[in-house]
Amino acid sequence: MFGLHYRLEKHGMALVLGIIFVASIGGLVEIAPLFTIDETVEDAPDMRLYTPLEVAGRNIYIREGCYACHSQMIRTLRDEVERYGPYSLAVESKYDHPMQWGSKRTGPDLARIGGKYSDEWQVTHLIDPRAVVPQSIMPSYRFLATTALRTDDLGLHLKALSRVGVPYTDDMIANATKDAIAQAGADGSEGLSSRYGDATQARVFDGNPGRVTEMDALVAYLQILGRLTDAAHANSQPAEE
Amino acid sequence: MVAQLTRAERQFALLTLGLLALCGLLMAAGANDDLFALHGGLILAFAVGLGFLVISGLDAPEPADGRLAEYYDDPSRVAIVLTMGWALFGLAVGDWVAWMLAYPQLTFDAAWASFGRIRPIHTTGVIFGFGGNALIATSFHVVQRTCRTRLAGQFSPWFVLLGYNLFCLLAVSGYPLGITQSKEYAEPEWYVDLWLCIVWVTYLVLYIRTLARRREPHIYVANWYYLAFIIVVAMLHIVNNIAVPVAWNHARAYSAFGGVQDAMTQWWYGHNAVAFFLTAGFLGMMYYYLPVRAQRPIFSYRMSIISFWGITFMYMWAGSHHLHYTALPHWVQTLGMTFSLILLVPSWGSAANALLTLNGAWHRVRDDATLRFMMVAAIFYGLTTFEGSFMAIRAVNSLSHYTDWTVGHVHAGALGWVALISFGALYSLTPALWGRARMHSAWAVEAHFWLALAGTLIYVFSMWNSGVIQGLMWRTYDAGGTLAYPFIDTVVAMHPYYIARAVGGALFLSGAAIGAWNVWMTIRGPAAASQPAVDDRPLTVLAGE
Ligand code: HEC
Ligand code: HEM
Ligand code: HEM
Repeated sequence: MFGLHYRLEKHGMALVLGIIFVASIGGLVEIAPLFTIDETVEDAPDMRLYTPLEVAGRNIYIREGCYACHSQMIRTLRDEVERYGPYSLAVESKYDHPMQWGSKRTGPDLARIGGKYSDEWQVTHLIDPRAVVPQSIMPSYRFLATTALRTDDLGLHLKALSRVGVPYTDDMIANATKDAIAQAGADGSEGLSSRYGDATQARVFDGNPGRVTEMDALVAYLQILGRLTDAAHANSQPAEE
Repeated sequence: MVAQLTRAERQFALLTLGLLALCGLLMAAGANDDLFALHGGLILAFAVGLGFLVISGLDAPEPADGRLAEYYDDPSRVAIVLTMGWALFGLAVGDWVAWMLAYPQLTFDAAWASFGRIRPIHTTGVIFGFGGNALIATSFHVVQRTCRTRLAGQFSPWFVLLGYNLFCLLAVSGYPLGITQSKEYAEPEWYVDLWLCIVWVTYLVLYIRTLARRREPHIYVANWYYLAFIIVVAMLHIVNNIAVPVAWNHARAYSAFGGVQDAMTQWWYGHNAVAFFLTAGFLGMMYYYLPVRAQRPIFSYRMSIISFWGITFMYMWAGSHHLHYTALPHWVQTLGMTFSLILLVPSWGSAANALLTLNGAWHRVRDDATLRFMMVAAIFYGLTTFEGSFMAIRAVNSLSHYTDWTVGHVHAGALGWVALISFGALYSLTPALWGRARMHSAWAVEAHFWLALAGTLIYVFSMWNSGVIQGLMWRTYDAGGTLAYPFIDTVVAMHPYYIARAVGGALFLSGAAIGAWNVWMTIRGPAAASQPAVDDRPLTVLAGE
């Protein structure tokens, strides 16, 4: 074996090909089947899509690096389930490109934050976390409430998402901007609920009906987290000790 | 820089810069998004700035004919200066981030300065800025010395080095503006990723062509590692960053992967960025500078073969240990854990090989702080990989995951291994490349060593404490069977450890500042009367002949 290697070391290209071959195996065996084995992602017929406003909010979540302090993945451990709610299922982040599972909990998990607090709580907390939780070390995001949300390119965003497999229809893509503005409290939200379902939450999220701000989008996103499907609540497999 | 190029090569450099400037201009003028326009402007400015440099040297005398018979060290020299610059920048930002977790007011209420935007500046600055430049500087040097040949290109080494630094610049300037795709260690957006792809493939071609020109029959072990680093990072980078941009003139793109598939792809990438960027590349560094400095041959040739292929094969399976107890299918988690445990064998093989090489040279370790940097780095490499394999056990990970324990593990590797081996290598390389007998101040190397070691220990011990405390508090039940601590109590409990960590970081940073001063003074200092007579080939190469 060492004799063989002694000869291999004399051929640069053989070394290159050897490395490529040896290094490819692990990834192929572990990743490729995740796309083909059906049980990997559960069925959830009630799974709904993010609305354009929620997509915009999600992009703000990514931009601000909230994932650096917050996870969105409740593990199958008893204490996590008791603290945060039913453990996360793969299907819940099926439309997340990329996922926001996170790797560090400087702050609590947010996978089921939707509906836990009122909009006012969220807005006050984002503007000044220490006004709500005095010992908090979360940064303040005051500027979100005064920054207008860019909505004119949301159709392009939905279009790109549909290219990577999120089932947005042409109708949704064409009305993306209109739907975002409607959901943030301006009137005319009928089209919105016919496209995204009756459960869609349309209201003034940031307490300021005058304009659509980044705060509207981010709070709309936070309020939908964990509520795209009921699959996790219906799941009867117990958590581990 | 320019003086080493022929006139035709200078013109080619100008042409390349012109194309780059054109891309920048197009991006700036045609953008559908302000941030994209800003980055276009930055690319334009970068290209024009370098263009002036080339034009000002365009008519300088051409290099002497004999240049192709000599080593080409100018790119390494520039890379050393860049390495130290990025080190200071990345470490300073790291310490700022550390203080921020103790005192959140340190964001000064500025949108660009919030924790989530600054933290990736730290990780990119140290890993890619500091680590990447150190790897480029040393790989160029090592491949030439161990192959007894000049780099197989005159312009391409510059393209690789400066193009890579443009990538780093675009990355770290993007985060405070809000350009990120959120994938850890792969935050830059699609157009920056494409640029890195071009640069990286050039790097690979340059490396392979240089190996092909070698005048040694065998390819020395350090080059196997550098080669694996370059090849596998290319594979990881390309796959993990596949994305569909919102528009050609828009900064944002959406990853081709979603949900659980994305999680697995991301951590296949993330863990192997650790394996092939932060480990394989630096092992290459260790396999050259440590034996040369100690003037001893590598302890065991067979052990290096087993370790090399073990690491190359097994790391690729281990990524799923980042996803224990998550929605990732159980079988993948089990595979990840199993391979992480076996991975300890080749990892300790490398660490032991390094330490046993020093056997017989302990007096040098005692007297020479540069060699001590490398020895302590090998020890930390052994500790970190042991800890990593331990944390990959599901039951242990249930406690450590999401806590500061991970951060402690990261920095045991990052400070103790990556940074220390790099400083050791730089202290050997700098005097050699500038023809100095030794570093400007031996005392300063000594001071740097102790500051770095103290900083690392303080950092790692405080994070072990805070991580274990946090993990235990999260899962503690009171007598009534309910969770004992609300989340915020665990945040409060971390406070003293966050201060300790930041103090440790400040020590580490001040050590690096002394190092940067010392490197600078060495460069500025007088040349040695005569070149030191040490052979710059590792002894095994000689013995193998
Ligand atoms: C420096 C780390 C850090 C960053 C960055 C951060 N947070 Fe937090 N977050 C915390 C901490 C610590 C807490 C717990 C204390 C509190 O409630 O303020 C928290 C709490 C929260 C809560 C309340 C959770 C609950 O269950 O009570 C929400 C919602 C939240 N953060 C959202 C966000 C969003 C949205 C962002 C990004 C815009 C963000 N956080 C960025 C640290 C952070
Ligand atoms: C002055 C020395 C340093 C200080 C004070 C420092 C501080 C920090 C802090 C505060 C964090 C964020 C931790 C958190 O989110 O809780 C961090 C993360 C990180 N740092 Fe450093 N750092 C230093 C040096 C380095 C070096 C030299 C490297 C690499 C070569 C490095 C690599 C990383 C990585 C990879 C992370 C992300 C960890 C994770 O996601 O788990 N750091 N650092
Ligand atoms: C045998 C070798 C190693 C094994 C098995 C290993 C294993 C692990 C494990 C289990 C985690 C925690 C994952 C989690 O719970 O989220 C981790 C995180 C990490 N390790 Fe290692 N490790 C090894 C070596 C190293 C080395 C040498 C470094 C060098 C710097 C390193 C850098 C990191 C980083 C940066 C992370 C944090 C990733 C993140 O969450 O952002 N590891 N490693």
